[in-house]
Amino acid sequence: MDTTLKVEDLHKRFGEVEVLKGVSLAAKTGDVIAMIGSSGSGKSTLLRCINLLEMPNSGRVAVNGELIRMKSLPDGTALPEDQKQVERIRSKLAMVFQSFNLWSHRTILENVIEAPVHVLKVPRKEAIERAEALLAKVGIAEKRNFYPNHLSGGQQQRAAIARALAMEPSVLLFDEPTSALDPELVGEVLQVMRKLAEEGRTMLVVTHEMGFARDVASQIVFLHKGQIEEQGDPRELLANPKSERLKQFLSSTRH
Amino acid sequence: MNESFTFIASIAPTLLAAVPMTLVLTFLSAVIGNSLALPIAVARLSGNVFVRYPSAFFIFVMRGTPLLAQTYLIYYGLGELLPGSWVQQSFLWPYLREGFWYAVFAFSLNTAGYTGEILRGAIEAVPRGEIEAAKAYGMSSRMIFWRIKLPRAVQICLPTMTGETILLLKATSLASLITVWEVMGTARQIQKVTFRVYEPLLAAGFIYIVLVFILTRVLMIVERRINRHRLDPVAA
Repeated sequence: MDTTLKVEDLHKRFGEVEVLKGVSLAAKTGDVIAMIGSSGSGKSTLLRCINLLEMPNSGRVAVNGELIRMKSLPDGTALPEDQKQVERIRSKLAMVFQSFNLWSHRTILENVIEAPVHVLKVPRKEAIERAEALLAKVGIAEKRNFYPNHLSGGQQQRAAIARALAMEPSVLLFDEPTSALDPELVGEVLQVMRKLAEEGRTMLVVTHEMGFARDVASQIVFLHKGQIEEQGDPRELLANPKSERLKQFLSSTRH
Repeated sequence: MNESFTFIASIAPTLLAAVPMTLVLTFLSAVIGNSLALPIAVARLSGNVFVRYPSAFFIFVMRGTPLLAQTYLIYYGLGELLPGSWVQQSFLWPYLREGFWYAVFAFSLNTAGYTGEILRGAIEAVPRGEIEAAKAYGMSSRMIFWRIKLPRAVQICLPTMTGETILLLKATSLASLITVWEVMGTARQIQKVTFRVYEPLLAAGFIYIVLVFILTRVLMIVERRINRHRLDPVAA
């Protein structure tokens, strides 16, 4: 089996608070893993530790079999040994943020070609062609020359997804991609994500959208207090939760 | 009253002839000062105290002392030091005998101090999420600085920087005190020769108002152009 993403025994402390207490996770190519859990369970931190936006205190992350080399410091924190390696691996892990984080001084098209041209060194012309195809795919081709501030939240998030796809990443990381959206805009973003899952892309999605997790994910991971409390097949797990905490969580999220 | 207008009309050509000097002083000081502001802001944000403290001290002194004192110190101070040194023999000497270059030097340093601090604040005000996105997409910190942080920061502080340029235009009148014949200096010269107190000042004031008005318009166009992402889509 080819494991695209492997996380082993990840620990993260913020001061005295241990947010991740040894989390392990593996995603094969084409897996869609939905991470659920109440706020404070560590699911966003886990995602951010994978691309080292947060430095884990210990643990291993490997992408396409390549381990990110870290060195431990005496104070219990850790730092990457090789910043270049981190940058290279980050470019294979495209992230979609809760608050979009598009670069507001660049047009939508410029946002999409920025990293391919400057990080991956794709020729500009080629990057533009690809970007236009991606913008068409997420349904905002006509907005290419707009600035992010001129778009609705849903359109911005779809632009951010196009920006992620332009990297041709091994794994797409979604950090609560619909949580900052008005309810009526959630659907258009989920629809795009559904399409990506059907294409067989490897995705790691932190979400509160239970419907999406059930229908689209190949696996659900339930995090509680920094540990994986339960994981498994979505339908099975949602229909017959084993742990008390997951039962509680599900009853509190069901409307 | 009527006689005053006739007098102002008679001195107008002399004053207008000094406008280019005011504009050149403003332009050179703005260009040099704002260019120096970038390394000063970067130094001010450095993790290295040997870089950060000197920059912070420079900003502190430039903002904490009167521009006139700085101008005098540079003009008379350097004016004492340079003659007799190698500079007197060098090709620079013909320039360094003139008050003009000392004025440009003083105004540039002062602008660099003020704008350096403004730019530092703006760099720190760039939304964290946009910097995180740049990191998450594999950009190096150098690339993040030049492609994300700096352009965003310039947009953020542009309104303040244009305000500073207006202040600079008016501050160039201090050059008159070190023998640079820009608009204010010329007005004072006319005062001395004609024994008229008010008319030259009124005429000079009027010229400054017109210059400020024009400069404001020009900078507003520049600002709109650079900050078009803030406008509504139709105007953009």
